[in-house]
Amino acid sequence: MHIVYPAVVSALLFSVGVYGVLARRNTILVLMSVELMLNAVNLNLVAFDVWLGDRLHSGQVLTLFVIVIAAAEVGLGLAIVLALYRNRRTVDIDHLRDLSEPLDEPSTAPAPPNTSADHPASSPEAPADEPSSRPAPADPPAEAPSSSPTAPVRGQAGSEHPIKRGGRL
Amino acid sequence: MTEAVPSYLSPTGQEIVFLLLGAVAVGSALLVVTTRQLVHAALWLVVCFGALAGGYLVLTAEFVAWVQVLIYVGAVVVLLLFGIMLTRAPIGRSADLDSGNRLVSALVAVATAVVLVIVVIDGFRTAYTPLRPGSGAAKELGASVFATWVLPFEALSVLLLAALIGAIVLSRTDIPGAPPPDRAGGNGNSPDAHTGANPPSAEDTSPSTAASPAPRTRDNAVSDPTGGNPPPDQTGGL
Repeated sequence: MHIVYPAVVSALLFSVGVYGVLARRNTILVLMSVELMLNAVNLNLVAFDVWLGDRLHSGQVLTLFVIVIAAAEVGLGLAIVLALYRNRRTVDIDHLRDLSEPLDEPSTAPAPPNTSADHPASSPEAPADEPSSRPAPADPPAEAPSSSPTAPVRGQAGSEHPIKRGGRL
Repeated sequence: MTEAVPSYLSPTGQEIVFLLLGAVAVGSALLVVTTRQLVHAALWLVVCFGALAGGYLVLTAEFVAWVQVLIYVGAVVVLLLFGIMLTRAPIGRSADLDSGNRLVSALVAVATAVVLVIVVIDGFRTAYTPLRPGSGAAKELGASVFATWVLPFEALSVLLLAALIGAIVLSRTDIPGAPPPDRAGGNGNSPDAHTGANPPSAEDTSPSTAASPAPRTRDNAVSDPTGGNPPPDQTGGL
């Protein structure tokens, strides 16, 4: 057996997996493409183990280990995808852009200025509302306004993120 | 290893069988990444893995072939099908499985294929080995695993256990861990949610009672620490 044959097959399989990872939009299809790439690596390992005639069978043993790791990876990946689907109602990778830079995409550009505009707008509003509501109960301790505007504003900012992103999706 | 390389023009039966299996594997892999139906992608993945298992058999790696059939075809594809079901994927044809950068990714993949194939052919043109059956049987492989590779084997079992527990923790929804801050924040944001123990919602809905939000949280945090109120913990933690 010429070693070129399995090597070429595994190279082609790896390229197909690269295409799948880059071009697919569904997360489960991306996981399938990662499996294709791992199988290309496995084929290489087996072929070179047979070629070198290793007495320790390191190539085939490593193939078994890669298979086990791939099973664990698929299990964890699918658990993450399911958690993502529960929270966002989507598994499209194109829509999961919360960690990306907000400048280049026009679809994601309005949202971060919105939240960043909410944050300075709500932080002056909360102290502006506080003195108007303060004189009616008429118990202004000096520590309470200094601590109370920070806590509700943080609560609002932290609570508005999932709602807005969920609404945008 | 590389003595007396036979010609490529007269392939043996093993090579013909392997090339056919490789063609099936690559073709079904192409169908996996180009099909319009999600379930068909998983089923073509079964074909691809089965062809690869046949390739392992031709390469005299019998035990790896059967492990491939058992784990990949038996477990991984079933897991992927469960994932497809649980994310309520559309069953029929769906047009939005590919992202917008298909051409660029095809270009990258073709470039990868060209580079890899050229390098591999240039590097291993003279590599040849006759196939001797029996070297990849379960006996030899088991002796090797449990004699030389025991430590990676045990480490891998620990990794598998950790992945199992992690998948369970990520999948279950009734573990009181991360979800309560999200729900408390959602209730605090919506104006019609009357949760009295939530300081932001109390301040939003009724400004008259907003006179002392911070002492209330302190009272909650001090007086009943076993009350199970996530909002004081959240504001205190933030």
